[in-house]
Amino acid sequence: MAKKIALECRSITKTFGSVVANNNCNLEVMQGEILAILGENGSGKTTLMNMVAGIYFPDEGQILIDGEEVVISSPKDAFNYKIGMIHQHFKLVDVFTASENIVLGIDDDKRFNMKAVNKKVIEITQRYGFIIDPEKRICDMSVSEKQTVEILKVLYRGADILILDEPTAVLTPQETEKLFSILRRMRDDGKSIIIITHKMHEVLSISDRVAVLRKGEHVATVNTPETNEAELTELMMGKKIDLNIKRSEPKNSKDRLVVSNISSVNEEGRPVLDNISFTARSGEILGIAGIAGSGQRELLEAIAGLHKLTDGEIIYYTPEENKPENLRDKTPIQIRDLGVRLSFVPEDRLGMGLVGNMDIIDNMMLRSYRKGHSFFLKRREPKNLADRIIKDLEVVTPNANTPVRNLSGGNVQKVLVGREIAASPSVLMAAYPVRGLDVNSSYTIYNLLNNQKENGVAVIFVGEDLDVLLELCDRILVINSGKITGIVDGRTAVKDEIGLLMTKSTSLEEDADGKEVQ
Amino acid sequence: MATVQKKQKTPLIHIVKRPQVAWYHSIIVRAVAIVAALAFSGIVITLLIGENPLEVYSSIFDGAFGTSRRIWNLLQSMAMLLCISLAVTPAFKMRFWNIGAEGQVLIGGLATVIVMMFLGDKLPLPLLFLVMTAASILAGIVWAFIPAFFKAMWNTNETLFTLMMNYVAIQLVAYFLKVFVKDGSGALRPMSEYGFPAIGDNQFILNIIIVAALTIAVYIYLKFSKQGYEISVVGESENTAKYIGINVKKVIIRTLIISGALCGIAGLLLVGGTNHTINVETAGGRGFTAIMVSWLAKFNPLYMVLTTFLIVFLEKGASQVSTDFRVPEDISNIITGIILLFIIGCEFFLQYKVVFRKTRKEND
Repeated sequence: MAKKIALECRSITKTFGSVVANNNCNLEVMQGEILAILGENGSGKTTLMNMVAGIYFPDEGQILIDGEEVVISSPKDAFNYKIGMIHQHFKLVDVFTASENIVLGIDDDKRFNMKAVNKKVIEITQRYGFIIDPEKRICDMSVSEKQTVEILKVLYRGADILILDEPTAVLTPQETEKLFSILRRMRDDGKSIIIITHKMHEVLSISDRVAVLRKGEHVATVNTPETNEAELTELMMGKKIDLNIKRSEPKNSKDRLVVSNISSVNEEGRPVLDNISFTARSGEILGIAGIAGSGQRELLEAIAGLHKLTDGEIIYYTPEENKPENLRDKTPIQIRDLGVRLSFVPEDRLGMGLVGNMDIIDNMMLRSYRKGHSFFLKRREPKNLADRIIKDLEVVTPNANTPVRNLSGGNVQKVLVGREIAASPSVLMAAYPVRGLDVNSSYTIYNLLNNQKENGVAVIFVGEDLDVLLELCDRILVINSGKITGIVDGRTAVKDEIGLLMTKSTSLEEDADGKEVQ
Repeated sequence: MATVQKKQKTPLIHIVKRPQVAWYHSIIVRAVAIVAALAFSGIVITLLIGENPLEVYSSIFDGAFGTSRRIWNLLQSMAMLLCISLAVTPAFKMRFWNIGAEGQVLIGGLATVIVMMFLGDKLPLPLLFLVMTAASILAGIVWAFIPAFFKAMWNTNETLFTLMMNYVAIQLVAYFLKVFVKDGSGALRPMSEYGFPAIGDNQFILNIIIVAALTIAVYIYLKFSKQGYEISVVGESENTAKYIGINVKKVIIRTLIISGALCGIAGLLLVGGTNHTINVETAGGRGFTAIMVSWLAKFNPLYMVLTTFLIVFLEKGASQVSTDFRVPEDISNIITGIILLFIIGCEFFLQYKVVFRKTRKEND
């Protein structure tokens, strides 16, 4: 039986200023099909889907639903055509329950009957195999539960076409598998599902067909069973790419940073770091894996002198004399004055590592402007450094006087990593350094980290892609709810093992919080 | 966003953010805005008072530049407004919303008046001027330091805090006048014998020179000093500032001390260099106008000379219009308002452009 086309995009074009986000894109989704949209960051996947969901309006082209041309100029229009989009960033009211969030915004001139709503929600969950309590509040939910609410919100409104924007970015491998089985059940129920992603193995495991976008243009749609990773990469990049990360054996490793039994609490007094101990060695990449928000950020900030500890010690051994220095309760300046060469590439590049509105030179100066006793700034050295980084790392920018916020994500990261490496660190910490970067830039960053390792730097790498962690790191520390649940060898560990450690319950208290134990 | 709401209709226009604009483009847009403002206010003038707009415009020019005395008055008013604008700029650049310049200026003026009143006959003039300067600067600093300290230590809301400090300053001046003006008129006799000396025979030149020097100093401070750089970093992103080890509390307090000191100097110039007396209107709302001046100039002290000129020019012109045509001052304020609206409004067109929907291709 030939399947019917549920949604069709015909020669859609969208520009933002001089940037062409989508150029003449064609796309079709059948009923009862999972279509993956694959492309690098900035290839226009999300923009295209936002036009289907009524958030943007196309400059040119048409959208057809069930063969009829429609105009979607608001998310409400999209709902009327039974299109629902689940965004990367959740849009939920924290203090409301699941059901309250689900019905929020439905305007049918009737009073809400929460009992009936709950009943309907439970019906939907049973149909597709979700596990959720409709009366649980969002603020008590885990990330995957919040995502479930977002999906239910769309299903409750009767959507037949579901668009999911990078749904697995925040999930563990086990949660991803669960989501995929739900999506398959929806497909079998006749719904059309579009999933935006740039993770190749997910595309291969979930989708029926793959549409590949490159630089805003639709390059091909292929049937998933008839393709493979290499072909898709080539389509996505426009050329063949070697996807292997080379990993050398650590040489002459010495303990550089010994963290023992550190703990801390957040503003509400809840523990964020709980009795963490590990050692980072020179000439080695130590990976940190965990679900987003498990304490990775606080851990790195604690080492950098930005996060206050309630307990424990952080001892740094100088490379020259192996002299121990305790870094606890020191400000970043005090740490620097001790001669500790600590470089830190924070997760929030433009909000913490750099100043978006300043040009590349002034951003270089962030690290060095204090040098010397002069009242005035010296811009010559930072200018030289900026020019050198632009040249060495192939930063795409008109010149060194361009505000960094005008650069693309990959180039912003090159500027930041370049500056941190230029400080010739003995410890280099990088939090999610390839997030949002295209494949080429990601490999540039991996190579830079590897070079640092070979130069005897102790590298700490917080990552989210387990495949990359396993290929790049010598050891991987797994963190969950501020506790270390395991330290594994990067050469021998397998993905499932880390996935289990990421969700492993470490105390009774978390069970009471309702986190699921795998 | 302006869209046509009817079903099955595509939005007619939509608004698109511009990439960076060329310098000539921004000049053209601003010029068009001024011409449009003049044309539009011309229509309003004709409709409201039935006068020839051209005559009204020439009256505005006459009010600002008509005589050499008017020109000096214009420069003096510019100097005062510019001085206060310079004062608020470091704080605003740091995203510290100091709306307490009015009070900081007034308290600086009050300190000056007190020194003049009680030490005027006891000290030789040069020494008196030094004490006046020190007192006004100190008073301005105290008035800015208090909210800065609370902001740095306990993250209090600086907008409310500085605003309330204005009322305290106003009431202190009112109290001072009540106690020390014995004749019951409420107006303090000008103590011109202790005022700053005239250069040549012009009393305002000294003020203008001081403010010109301050303009250059603040420009250099913000642009080329390490402290100025720290102000920018704290203003743009407090997290980045902490990350690179800037002591944010220290920068907040230090910057507000500078801000307060400059306000104190403005008070000194208003009292010691201009009025030689004080009343609750001495600052005259300049503490608030200064915010607009500073913002319009994007916190660049050199551009602030231009924005100050624009605002003072309109102010002087408007009061001339109300005298010449015997219309209420409100009418001239309307004209000023229209012109400012156009000039501020044109910033929108510098950042965004309006795109009309292209007609659909005829291929389907």
